[in-house]
Amino acid sequence: MDLNNFFLMRHELTLLVIILILLIAEIFISEAKKSRVVSLALLLFGIHTVSGFFPLAESNLFGGMFRSNELIHFFKNVLNLGVLILLLQSADWVKEKMTSNDRGTEFFILLFASLFGMYFMISAGDFLMFYIGLELSTLPIAALAAFEVMKRSSSEAGIKLILSAALASGVSLFGISMLYATAGSIYFDEIILNITADNLTLLGFLLFFAGLAFKISLVPFHFWTADVYEGAPISIASYLSVISKGAAVFILMILLFSILKPLMEVWEKLIYVLALATMFTGNLFALRQQNMKRFLAFSSIAQAGFILLGLITGTQLGTATVVYFVTIYIFSNLAAFGVVQAISLQTGRENMKDYEGLYRTNPNLSLVMMLALFSLAGIPPVAGFFGKFFLFTAAASEGYYLLVFLAVVNVTISLYYYLLVIRAMFIRKGEDPIPFFRNKVYMRIGLLITVIGILALGLYSPLYDYIFQLSGILK
Amino acid sequence: MIPGVSITEILTLTSILFFIGIYGFITRKNLISILISVELILNASVVNFVIINKYLFPDVLQGVVYSIFIIAVAAAETALAVAIIINLYRQVSSVEVKETEVMKY
Repeated sequence: MDLNNFFLMRHELTLLVIILILLIAEIFISEAKKSRVVSLALLLFGIHTVSGFFPLAESNLFGGMFRSNELIHFFKNVLNLGVLILLLQSADWVKEKMTSNDRGTEFFILLFASLFGMYFMISAGDFLMFYIGLELSTLPIAALAAFEVMKRSSSEAGIKLILSAALASGVSLFGISMLYATAGSIYFDEIILNITADNLTLLGFLLFFAGLAFKISLVPFHFWTADVYEGAPISIASYLSVISKGAAVFILMILLFSILKPLMEVWEKLIYVLALATMFTGNLFALRQQNMKRFLAFSSIAQAGFILLGLITGTQLGTATVVYFVTIYIFSNLAAFGVVQAISLQTGRENMKDYEGLYRTNPNLSLVMMLALFSLAGIPPVAGFFGKFFLFTAAASEGYYLLVFLAVVNVTISLYYYLLVIRAMFIRKGEDPIPFFRNKVYMRIGLLITVIGILALGLYSPLYDYIFQLSGILK
Repeated sequence: MIPGVSITEILTLTSILFFIGIYGFITRKNLISILISVELILNASVVNFVIINKYLFPDVLQGVVYSIFIIAVAAAETALAVAIIINLYRQVSSVEVKETEVMKY
């Protein structure tokens, strides 16, 4: 392996350099100018995001532990874009609330460390790299969930996240050890050759699946979701619901479609049941939520259920639709969380009741929120509709008509609670509406990008063709 | 190989260890005890990896290396969890689950 090969890990290397620069900046920037760290981190990450779009050769590094191909490369860019939007949206929060306690830089370092772990997780070529990436992506997020040290609910969110994450990774490891026992290797390439559907392999697969299902918050493993989202800072809740979930879905898809393909008869049934349970539980619990963060938490559980419709197929069409849906989901959910964050930062209010009459006082914010919720619900002109439509097409093309029918029923249920928020904003006249305020420039850019994404991605069809063509790699 | 001990016996032991951990995680009311239960689960898989490597695939050291990484990551995990527990203790003066919980369905 020469030096040129090393640069195939360009995403990882530049992100590592950014983390190191921020560590040095933390030491040398004086106390009074600490808020400049926010601009520095945004600038560096912006450069990183742009440089990520340059093409990258397909390769394996470290004897197959680390692999990279165009699909993985594309997905890393999507994650980068999501994190960039998230940073723009949370810049003001970090500036106002965190740099005053001298904790601004830590926020960025931990967030980037988690993204760094995600890169390794989705590029993993063996279970060791996968495990380290998974842990590296979870642990900093648990620290960030408990970041507001003076708030009791934040600490509670942190401890709930770390304990359930540790349990999930422990269970998952036990499963991996069984897969290792039957296949004789931890390398994906060698496991593909040896894997058969015997009982020990199936048990190992089930335990392993539980660990990833926890990260995606599928239904029997979703109990942490609402509490952590409610207690954690909003930027972390949106990171968990968008970036972390997206990366976990992606690696789960790669594993299911490549090394676990011989077990397809089993995981088809498993995903069928989980998809139904996840959609119904997420949607029905979302109906009764009053806190916007809890509401979005259950809505994101329901969205995970819809994503499973693409996973169940095991085809190139399935891969393409899942990646496409996750891309769109990142934009729509970040827009919703962005509005919640803007309002929470200005007024500290997070309940659905507080949103009554928002259209009269803050028409722009409520329009962004409306677009985001329409996209999440899947109403035609916006991108979310195309994402859901393609997912349903993929599932229907494999003959899962009943599942698609029940998913459509769920879309109807979800429409009801998304419209509840819209009704509160547009039709209700609140007794105490949120007063008019102007967002700072970072937040405005962040929301603008998401709006462009929601409106443009659905209509820009070459993107889907491009993803579909990339998805051929997995076969 | 350990003379006189077959792989079945050790794997039975690790399975028991694993389920003690799961049981403890669900039933314990104290955050530190829950953390200890998680450690049991992780250690069960560490032993699993080492034993499977030693008995079944002694030529390549994949399982042993894996177990070293698990131990290192588990240490980091514990440190972080204890830090958060201490932070919580400062606010509520307790590490009992019942008293720390404010958010519920």
